[in-house]
Amino acid sequence: MITLAQLLTLSGILFALAVAGVFINRKNVILLLMCVELLLLAANFNFIAFARYLGDIGGQVFVFFVLTVAAAESAIGLAILVVLFRERRTINVEDLDTLKG
Amino acid sequence: MLVEVLFYVFATILIAAALAVIISKNPVHAALFLVLSFVTSAAIWLLIEAEFLAIVLVLVYVGAVMVLFLFVVMMLDIKVEEHRRGFTRYAWLGWITAAVVIVEIVGVVTARRFGVDITRGAAALPAAYSNTQELGRVLYTQYAYPFELAAVVLLVAIVAAIALTTRARRGLKHQDINLQVSVKSTDRVRLVKAMGTKAP
Repeated sequence: MITLAQLLTLSGILFALAVAGVFINRKNVILLLMCVELLLLAANFNFIAFARYLGDIGGQVFVFFVLTVAAAESAIGLAILVVLFRERRTINVEDLDTLKG
Repeated sequence: MLVEVLFYVFATILIAAALAVIISKNPVHAALFLVLSFVTSAAIWLLIEAEFLAIVLVLVYVGAVMVLFLFVVMMLDIKVEEHRRGFTRYAWLGWITAAVVIVEIVGVVTARRFGVDITRGAAALPAAYSNTQELGRVLYTQYAYPFELAAVVLLVAIVAAIALTTRARRGLKHQDINLQVSVKSTDRVRLVKAMGTKAP
């Protein structure tokens, strides 16, 4: 049988890898979006694991909503990216410094 | 036993695919590795009996979102090697953060305060148990309003994505509805007094 500890460890490793990816891919917005998708996947793993081991289906409902919001987020994010590329001809994060933040 | 072996195989593939996503040079390769990690996650979700969400993950993520990602990656003309400069500049920060996150999660897991024994497997579900049916039962009763809100979020996403990316092209012939509706009869018909000539 798969134990809860195994699932939590797996999702922890996945989450840590995605966080590292956000730091490593500082140049490319598309890769940043992919890392965010990985983060959400790791979070979904925890929801599903606890839903199964605590016997509460509500966790799976939450994963359903997370998937919905993540799909909307990536659609809007990619639309913004397309507009950005059309205006500036680049998606390099370091070139996008108009606000001087 | 077989379930455990399968779990370890899938977990290894999943971690390798996630690692490949974050370190691959080409965004297309990264997107394809992300597809692999989603499919592998769906397999693991099947192993812990979350069948509906596993199928939804494959359909929605691999079928729609990742295709959108690939589409955008291929539409934008990005030079690959340009993005690798500065790779090692933040790499140490990334790995340190990853190590800290892992240590924190291991600390939480070993503290064992979830009200559940995490070292044992879950009780087997009855043979007649339908994951889809149970999910639908709570989704349309207890979570009906959040479900409607999710629909609104998707609608907003559709409208926003179209509104952002659409652009008016110049020189395009189109109807002006306002002009058409507010037209008067005098704009269309000109009454001319015909001057007849007398017959000789």
